[in-house]
Amino acid sequence: MNLIDIDTLAPAFRRVDTQTPHARAPFAGRDLAVSLRGVEKRFGERRVLDQLDFSIERGSFVSIVGRSGCGKSTLLRLVAGLDRATAGVVQRHAPAAARELQVRIMFQDARLLPWKSVLDNVMIGLPRSKRDDARATLAEVGLVEREKDWPSRLSGGQRQRVALARALVHRPDLLLLDEPLGALDALTRIEMQGLIERLWREHKFTALLVTHDVQEAVSLGDRIVLIDAGRITLDTAVSLQRPRTRTAPGFAELEEQVLSRVLQRS
Amino acid sequence: MTLNSIARRALPWLVPVLILIAWESAARTGGLSSRVLPEPLAVVKAAWSLIESGDLWANVKVSAGRALAGFAMGGGIGFVLGLATGLFKPAEVALDSTVQMIRNIPALAMIPLLILWFGIGEEAKLVLVALGVFFPVYVNTYHGIRSVDRDLIEMAKSYGLSGFALYRHVILPGALPSILVGVRFAFGLMWVMLIVAETISAQSGIGYMTMNAREFLQTDIVVVGILLYALLGKVADMAARAIERATLRWHPAYQTKAQS
Repeated sequence: MNLIDIDTLAPAFRRVDTQTPHARAPFAGRDLAVSLRGVEKRFGERRVLDQLDFSIERGSFVSIVGRSGCGKSTLLRLVAGLDRATAGVVQRHAPAAARELQVRIMFQDARLLPWKSVLDNVMIGLPRSKRDDARATLAEVGLVEREKDWPSRLSGGQRQRVALARALVHRPDLLLLDEPLGALDALTRIEMQGLIERLWREHKFTALLVTHDVQEAVSLGDRIVLIDAGRITLDTAVSLQRPRTRTAPGFAELEEQVLSRVLQRS
Repeated sequence: MTLNSIARRALPWLVPVLILIAWESAARTGGLSSRVLPEPLAVVKAAWSLIESGDLWANVKVSAGRALAGFAMGGGIGFVLGLATGLFKPAEVALDSTVQMIRNIPALAMIPLLILWFGIGEEAKLVLVALGVFFPVYVNTYHGIRSVDRDLIEMAKSYGLSGFALYRHVILPGALPSILVGVRFAFGLMWVMLIVAETISAQSGIGYMTMNAREFLQTDIVVVGILLYALLGKVADMAARAIERATLRWHPAYQTKAQS
């Protein structure tokens, strides 16, 4: 990992296996955005993901929880196309046959380009004509008045809001969130959760959130998937009403239930 | 402005002024022979007469022209090669170890060979400056590109940037602080190399002027030449800083400076 190799400069997403009509068959009847079958990922001798079957229904919000090192971030990177599975199939299903599934990622660190203004960071990968779109999206995350600032002038929470705007301006079909709130303080985190949920409801994208914070997983997910030692050990739907509050009936029970499963060693 | 702050501003100048006074009085009392060092006033007078005759400007122009031409040559090649080895694995494998090996030869050790190859004309001077400038620019360009944050590159690729766009928006700006460090080093070396080249042989330029003055024991003109080199070196350094300030406005280090 110490070389900028021109061969790999092509968009990473192109490497994902293209879908074939018959490959869709096992999941017929459900509108899926992503499906993984028999996926295995090894780094050298170490097996991080083991015979994983997993799918995400279009438009849903799926939370993946697990201890650090359980393989949840690896799973997200496979779905993103940033890494390739050692074995098995990762498929991404576009809503229309003519195009690819648009995927964008929010990383744990905002990964803003420090030499570009806030607005230019949101514009990355966009033609200049989309400037108004970028401004509108910045307004949605409440940062339009900071558009000319350098990223180094922003707080951690503001940087993540810019990163969120940068992802959303592309109108992604699937938004991948790789512990995006992990480095934020508790108050900012709650604020950001509300923002992400609101934008998810407005833009109707599919969301996959990876987190180690069970409370966050419960407050955002339609479905909670627990990964332990490279396998899915729990996959449960969340039927709480939105927008969710911690004090809603059932919230604490579900959180407790998932947390005890996370803490259980298999 | 309070008395205190005036004192604080004046303090750094105190020692240079004392040295000047001591120098002047030593020369006047005859303790310091004008063959060793002329009195400061004589230096000023010599500089003034050189300015009046137009010799000074003509020689500075020739020297600066040589320095910049050599810099453009060596720096340009260094930048292009640094880009190549930083970006492309085959270029790195083929070139980098060779360049690093040659880098260990002091550029000044090449002088006899350069004189054999290019004689003592203009080419030898340009090549010597270019040689000295090449390595800092090359090494810092290569290193700058290698140390661009991998996470930013991954992010940019996932947002569809590739090829030239990736280079222009991510890799080059990320490498720029390091490249500019190289440029600043190179500006310093540029003058060192030029002084050596012009001292060995020249028919014009500041080096010619001082060596010529030495022949006639005109120590005042020799000192003027030395001070000119110092001044031009300072100008080059200020230019490098100005470039840094203009292109690295985003860098936190430059923002805090601008604010305080």
